[in-house]
Amino acid sequence: MRITQGTFSFLPELTDKEIRAQVDYALSQGWAISVEYTDDPHPRNFYWEMWGNPMFDLKDGAGAMMEILACRKAHPKIYIRVNAFDSTRGFETTRLSFIVNRPAEEPGFALKRTETGGRNIQYTIESYAAQSPEGRRYS
Amino acid sequence: MGNPADRYKSGVMPYAKMGYWDADYVPKDTDVIAVFRISPQDGVDAIEAAAAVAGESSTATWTVVWTDRLTACDLYRAKAYRVDPVPGSPGQYFSYIAYDLALFEEGSIANLTASIIGNVFGFKPLKALRLEDMRMPVAYLKTFQGPPTGIVVERERLDKFGRPLLGATTKPKLGLSSKNYGRVVYEALKGGLDFVKDDENINSQPFMHWRDRFLYCMEAVNKASAATGEVKGHYLNVTAATMEDMYERADFAKQLGSCIVMIDLVIGYTAIQSMAKWARRNDMILHLHRAGHGTYTRQKTHGVSFRVIAKWMRMAGVDHIHAGTVVGKLEGDPNVIKGIYSVCRDDITKQNFERGVFFDQDWAGLRKVMPVASGGIHAGQMHQLITYLGEDVVLQFGGGTIGHPMGIQAGATANRVALEVMIKARNEGRDIWNEGPQILAEAAKWCSPLNAALETWKDVSFNYTSTDTADFVPTATPA
Repeated sequence: MRITQGTFSFLPELTDKEIRAQVDYALSQGWAISVEYTDDPHPRNFYWEMWGNPMFDLKDGAGAMMEILACRKAHPKIYIRVNAFDSTRGFETTRLSFIVNRPAEEPGFALKRTETGGRNIQYTIESYAAQSPEGRRYS
Repeated sequence: MGNPADRYKSGVMPYAKMGYWDADYVPKDTDVIAVFRISPQDGVDAIEAAAAVAGESSTATWTVVWTDRLTACDLYRAKAYRVDPVPGSPGQYFSYIAYDLALFEEGSIANLTASIIGNVFGFKPLKALRLEDMRMPVAYLKTFQGPPTGIVVERERLDKFGRPLLGATTKPKLGLSSKNYGRVVYEALKGGLDFVKDDENINSQPFMHWRDRFLYCMEAVNKASAATGEVKGHYLNVTAATMEDMYERADFAKQLGSCIVMIDLVIGYTAIQSMAKWARRNDMILHLHRAGHGTYTRQKTHGVSFRVIAKWMRMAGVDHIHAGTVVGKLEGDPNVIKGIYSVCRDDITKQNFERGVFFDQDWAGLRKVMPVASGGIHAGQMHQLITYLGEDVVLQFGGGTIGHPMGIQAGATANRVALEVMIKARNEGRDIWNEGPQILAEAAKWCSPLNAALETWKDVSFNYTSTDTADFVPTATPA
């Protein structure tokens, strides 16, 4: 399967040049770039690991690309996403978030159904990969 | 006003002379202001008609009553203070009326509307009456809960940023069994949509009772979520005959783990506010379908403009509201739609007569409502939709998903690819308004579902003149 979180997951993987164009767009809007990575891509895992703080003072896309490439070098086999944060009043939230690295094999998720009273079912989604310990989830 | 003894002598007297017209009145920051389009009967003076509207929407009755003198009646009288002819529409006038805050119960749309659109709309001296816009004072707004979730929190909960959300309404609207209905939901979500939606008239009919529908839809939602790694949702319509029924349905949706429920505008303002409070208590996104609004929003001379309904709904507290597509099958002049979207999404809405926005409106931190564009739109219009409607919007392709020649999943994929490719191109600095068709054609080379969608619907447009247009500039309806 292919995890389709993020703004551009239905497109072919972005090239570094295409990533740079999105970074430049975000910077032109006054947003701060941050890089995050995880080996637990559960849809409700909101807190991926931070590759440093959001780069609030960075204005040049080349600097952001260096961080993205460094994160990819350190974590070549897991998920990496680039976020753009807007601190403007009324937003104060992420405005763009897209995946820039993913494992070669994505095992996906199991849907666990617990049957309760009547025909009710309680659903739980579990990542197959996250059943292994952290750091040993993708080869 | 002269001598009080003369003013309160029994009998009838023009409204303007009773104190409902005051050309020198300067509205207070705490006043509620309404602007009405009035069409007086032949021979009725515009100022007298405006004063009558002020009177009938506040304290007046048809004759003088001495009991006014037991009150601070000057305060309670609404005051018409300005009457302008409507440009290009002889016999019509915009009349501005100010209401003191003391006239309204805090936090109640029912109370507000009982005054502003109460008796006055049937008043005989007027041929027609339309409420065009309102200015809500900050002091009054702060008595309303507003949207239970709001755009920012909705996006954070769904973990979806940087693009419009995608939805579809299950079709056919009526007649599917629950199991078949859930199939449509699963296919559309797995194919790439974020949401699927019950239609406004799907409640609990003989062919599909509500519990059955909720159970199958939640199976579809969770299965699609596991298949994609994304948060998915289905707007479960909890509209029913009584509040007790609606609470029962909403509680069941919550128990099954739904992230969103849906109501129809026809349930009424009080029921909407009750559901808004329920949704806030239960961390649920609240979707509002505007069923019924066209009966009173569409004609320019009589009724209530939809931008006013949108204001009331932001105050009442809904997270989603159907607000027009511009390019689709339902009414929508581009300028008027922009005005409605700004009412939903701005922190401060600026006066803009071209868009029908008569006042600056400070929203006082009230959360933002996500507008929903639904009705006769398809992937081939993606560049137009993004240009007109922006990013914080749910684009709903019902027929444009389910009617796809390669199936529902392919239909959903076509829409999602068209959306992502267009956002990517826009961010790269391309001129999507002009290059849009080319951008879609490029993507269609590697995405056969998109190619089929573009081929199937290439000639579809709804090119009719809009009825509800702004008065201040000539406007065109786009192809």
